[in-house]
Amino acid sequence: MPHLRIGRALAYVAAIAISAFILAPIYLITISAFSSFDAVYDYPKNLLPTGASMESMNTFLDSDGVTDSLQRSIYVAIIAIVACIAIGTPAGYALARFSFRAGNPFQLALVSTRAFPLIIIAVPLSVTYLRVGIDDTVYGVAMAHVAFTLPLTVLVTASVFAGISYELEEAAMTLGCSRLSAFRKIALPLALPGVAASAIFVFVTTWNEVFAAALLTLRNRTLPAQMLAALDTSPLPYRLAGGFFLLAPALLVIFLIRKYLLTTWGRVAR
Amino acid sequence: MAEIRFEGVRKTFGKFAAVDGVDLEVRDREFVVLLGPSGCGKTTLLRCLAGLERVDEGRVYIGNRDATDLPPRRRRIAMVFQSYAVFPHMKVYDNIAFGLRMQKEKKAAIDERVRSSASLLHIEELLDRYSSQLSGGQRQRVAVARAIATKADVLLMDEPLSNLDALLRLEMRAELKTLLQTLDATTIYVTHDQIEALSMGDRIAVMNKGSIVQLGNPLEVYDNPSDTFVGGFIGNPPMNFLEAEVAPNGSGSVAKVSGGSFELPGGTAALAGHDLLLGIRAEAIGVETSPADGLVRATVVVLEPLGSHNLLTVRCGEDTLKVAVRPELFPQPESDVWLRLEPSRIRWMDRDSGAAIHTGAEELATDTAVVTS
Repeated sequence: MPHLRIGRALAYVAAIAISAFILAPIYLITISAFSSFDAVYDYPKNLLPTGASMESMNTFLDSDGVTDSLQRSIYVAIIAIVACIAIGTPAGYALARFSFRAGNPFQLALVSTRAFPLIIIAVPLSVTYLRVGIDDTVYGVAMAHVAFTLPLTVLVTASVFAGISYELEEAAMTLGCSRLSAFRKIALPLALPGVAASAIFVFVTTWNEVFAAALLTLRNRTLPAQMLAALDTSPLPYRLAGGFFLLAPALLVIFLIRKYLLTTWGRVAR
Repeated sequence: MAEIRFEGVRKTFGKFAAVDGVDLEVRDREFVVLLGPSGCGKTTLLRCLAGLERVDEGRVYIGNRDATDLPPRRRRIAMVFQSYAVFPHMKVYDNIAFGLRMQKEKKAAIDERVRSSASLLHIEELLDRYSSQLSGGQRQRVAVARAIATKADVLLMDEPLSNLDALLRLEMRAELKTLLQTLDATTIYVTHDQIEALSMGDRIAVMNKGSIVQLGNPLEVYDNPSDTFVGGFIGNPPMNFLEAEVAPNGSGSVAKVSGGSFELPGGTAALAGHDLLLGIRAEAIGVETSPADGLVRATVVVLEPLGSHNLLTVRCGEDTLKVAVRPELFPQPESDVWLRLEPSRIRWMDRDSGAAIHTGAEELATDTAVVTS
């Protein structure tokens, strides 16, 4: 079956090419972030992680405002995740379980929020923030991020709940559960992988979001906004170390939750 | 102790009345089957009893308590769902223990009850498994074990066997019937399978278009259908219906169908003035291979040997009939046979309304041999 073998080989080649395309920059950023200044400026580049050093990383971390903005980024991420899950999960459940008037238009409206680029609302948004007085705060940025990610969280959790048979909850109700405890004991545990996926999505979005963060803050910037402001005035090692900082947590979180996303209760979830 | 009483129960979805004014009383520990075609409202009625649907009108009583406004968990019921609804994130043990834990039973008592329920359904060795590691039949057993573990007053079953393959269904039917006889629960069992209904129920409530059209023990429902719908729905093959006329003739009368006519004994006054349908079960028709007085000629169309009997499709005048005959009888297609339409086994129906007309001359199937020749 030469055809099949060629097909397989092509598939492998494609897979390797795609992986290399994604992994190569990550690799280069990582070794540069942990090398000396000289190694960063070396040309041709040494592709092996020899001469590992904390010089670049320390420079970056010691730079003005980096640790503070890192802390703010973490706060914003936590607030955004908690708010998105707390609001999005019940909303998704309601969309999946109850038929109500305007249910479909509502879903369409949720999708359509993704159709508008942020630039369109940049001016009204910052004016509103200034008026309300939440400009240049962690909460303000977190709120903007919640606004970006909540619609998708609702849609994702809605589809997750729609995939869980309502009969399971009804069975729990006949066995002594109230509506709420049936949700808590049956629907929620079964939906957790989907909810976790939404949380990752929120985290990755908020950790890397730069436009709103830069627009809405001046002194209290998150890490991406801080880096954006400092980008053209900072040396290459600073940028590479910063790039690593934006990259690493997102990768780490996905790796940690990956197992939970793929395998549930002894079988690979679809 | 749990009698069940429906009083004028009505449940609508939009403009569609799924259950339309049902009155039904079920005795304590009785096994009642709700039987009907899909969309007849039988599952909706069951869900109204479970508290999973709110009734729009009428009351539901369980054990002399008005349960109309109680949530499912306060009705002391247990339910087996068509999809089994075994919780996929819990092991079999935890599934069976779920209801007991909700009742805050002691741990030792829960363990004892889980194991005894599991042994009743022969699934002791599956207690450590997850639902995804079970076959359909095993899942079904888990669902039943979970329902009986709480020792609820009322056991509700919504087509519990319909997702099993034919052989397993046959096996489970007998096993379930045996099991339910040992329990003290009042059981309501929903099915569209008339064989299941006939073989399992103490009484059958036949439903059509949201109402109960006949309530009776299996033999009664089978042999004395209250209308053409019940006669046509129950039985395999369904009851034969022929357009007929009855005219008085001396002391008795003469019945005329499109294929011929035959004598009826007296007691047919009730039939006068109706446009009639003659209803008769396939096995209540006698078949002779030579003509004689009072027999109606018919032509064999198809012969289907079924082992225990042969099923004939015959043309009798303008009507097509199904006739069950002895397995030794093999009339060839296109050959003529002569039918004996036993008067006592005929069920007369009004042609317009479809309702049965009682003449007082009906005998139940057990009174005569099932297959006559």
